[in-house]
Amino acid sequence: MNIVVCVKQVPASSDVKIDPVTGVLIRDGNNTKMNPYDLYGLETALRIKEQNSAIIKTISMGPTPAKAVLEESLWMGCDESLLISDRKFGGADVVATAYTLSQGIRKLGDFDLIICGKQTTDGDTAQVGAEIAEYLQIPHIAYVEKVLEVTDEYIVVRASMDKTIETFKVKLPCLITIDKGHITPRLPSYKRGKELNHIDIPIVTFADVIDQDETHYGLKGSPTQVEKMFPPTKNTDKTIINGSVQEQVDILTEILKNKKYV
Amino acid sequence: MAKKLIINQEKVNQETIDAVMKVCPFGGLEYVDGKLNFTAGCKNCGLCAKKGPAGLVTEVIEQDQTPKIDKSLWRGVSVFIETDLDGVHPVSYELIGKAKELASVIKHPVYAILIGSKIKNDQYVDEILAYGVDKVYIYEDSAYQEFNIERYAKCVEDFINKIKPTVVLYGGTPLGRSFAPRIAAHFRTGLTADCTRLGMKENTDLIQVRPAFGGNVMAQIVCPNNRPQMSTVRYKIFPMPQKVTPFGEKVYMDVTDLDKSSNIDTIEVKVKEKIQDISEAEVIIACGRAFKTKEDLQMAEELANLLGGVVAVTRPLVEAGWKDAKYQIGLSGRTVAPKLIINLGISGAVQFTAGMNGSELIISINDNPSAAIFDVSHYGIVGDIYKIVPNLIACIKNAKGLK
Repeated sequence: MNIVVCVKQVPASSDVKIDPVTGVLIRDGNNTKMNPYDLYGLETALRIKEQNSAIIKTISMGPTPAKAVLEESLWMGCDESLLISDRKFGGADVVATAYTLSQGIRKLGDFDLIICGKQTTDGDTAQVGAEIAEYLQIPHIAYVEKVLEVTDEYIVVRASMDKTIETFKVKLPCLITIDKGHITPRLPSYKRGKELNHIDIPIVTFADVIDQDETHYGLKGSPTQVEKMFPPTKNTDKTIINGSVQEQVDILTEILKNKKYV
Repeated sequence: MAKKLIINQEKVNQETIDAVMKVCPFGGLEYVDGKLNFTAGCKNCGLCAKKGPAGLVTEVIEQDQTPKIDKSLWRGVSVFIETDLDGVHPVSYELIGKAKELASVIKHPVYAILIGSKIKNDQYVDEILAYGVDKVYIYEDSAYQEFNIERYAKCVEDFINKIKPTVVLYGGTPLGRSFAPRIAAHFRTGLTADCTRLGMKENTDLIQVRPAFGGNVMAQIVCPNNRPQMSTVRYKIFPMPQKVTPFGEKVYMDVTDLDKSSNIDTIEVKVKEKIQDISEAEVIIACGRAFKTKEDLQMAEELANLLGGVVAVTRPLVEAGWKDAKYQIGLSGRTVAPKLIINLGISGAVQFTAGMNGSELIISINDNPSAAIFDVSHYGIVGDIYKIVPNLIACIKNAKGLK
């Protein structure tokens, strides 16, 4: 069976501040890492591979340094990787990102199962997986906690909903998004990394994708626009209680009394 | 009109490269083979032109070739009604309240989309009308008895094709967050996740505000040339609207030709153990990173008991394994809006505050006088929780006549 895992390189820290005067984003360092949820997606794929004969291909979209996360996936035990990278893909929102990834996945050939992390820690939308599934016209299940059974025709997965835990049997090909479950992602193998040292990760550019309509990609293919960014609003109507600990506690108790909590 | 960024290669030197790289927060530029280029990371934000070395990157306005859509063809602010084992999810009613506000700006009608079996729909439709929607569009079939993402998507697609609403809102529940993106991709339209504020422009563009970059920045997002515009909003972000004397209409949609096949079989549904739900609590004691050990949470439990509340925590405490994720407040946890919340040793990242700033009375204790939590608080106490909380517990016990 062919498994595709989508991974993304994200900033290692989300400590971004915005200068209230200039409106410029101030990002703390330029370190990056693999989106943590993708590690669970990879681990899920690798465990399926241990039980069934499977080939795992990883795919990512981003600037060339994003090769690092694909390399990491190979070191963990995946078989092939593909990077989708082109200036024309830049500035993509969810719709354009999901569409570009779906085009990249088509370049990988036949697939039975696509696995995504439930969300990325930089975008936090949790929408890309479901949109890829729609573009590929396959069913999807989000927030999967556990894969219970895998056959050539279907998989059985358990997902956590608001008030229920539901088990679904889904025909293949399908897409699942993985929540942090009870599994621990394995570490990349240094030995494997050494062996793979010479492997170069191919890049798919705009010229390589099947759909050559530029208005479907990047900024042009993005229906949403960020009009502005601003610091979170502050509540100006606040009272700071000063004094010794005893004085502070006395005032606080008084407030709670007035509100009838005490 | 779209802006295009152009790099003037003759201005490229080590100094300008260093300067411009610092300005770009997205890694959107790279210097390869003696040329400075944009990478796929470029968000076209124009910061390099505005804040970078003068003349290195210039912004030119490019005549937009994309044909403009006729926005007047899209009318109505609609809400996807989510139902579960307890009936209509209250987030759907909260969205109806917001939809009425948005619709009044542009004088559009408010619609609800109800999908289900006849028995269930009959049970729910009158209550939906009581929140003051103009029309409830009803899709009824035994195949719709339980939620099925493929079958339900066919109904919403049919609704959008026939009615052409300008806005569709969905609850930011696990179901809504999984369902709405399929519809968005189908129509190649914008869907903004987890909005914390919605507004309406007179030209019918929906103003969508959501936290970005882990919640340290708010982003205002619009979808200016695609319809319908769609958003998800978490439960308890907007207030519950008042009921009115129903005036709306029930519209039964023809479902005979809709595809009811599915590749997904639900083979088991287990109701989660009913736990104390923090989003329903009236008093919450929220604990953050100032707590040094798991055992120290005991003092928060004691305070919660005295005030008739429950203890909740921030994300780091859940990650440390001190408390189950069900008790986590924030964008990646639960949104709460209790009558009283006392924040103990919480710094106040937006990721947390966006999940609780609808609370009626917010009291925060933190030893850092410039902690962001004070900016969303009604009362702030600068101090050490290890000194204040035990003292407060003693004071309350005293006031209650307990020893």
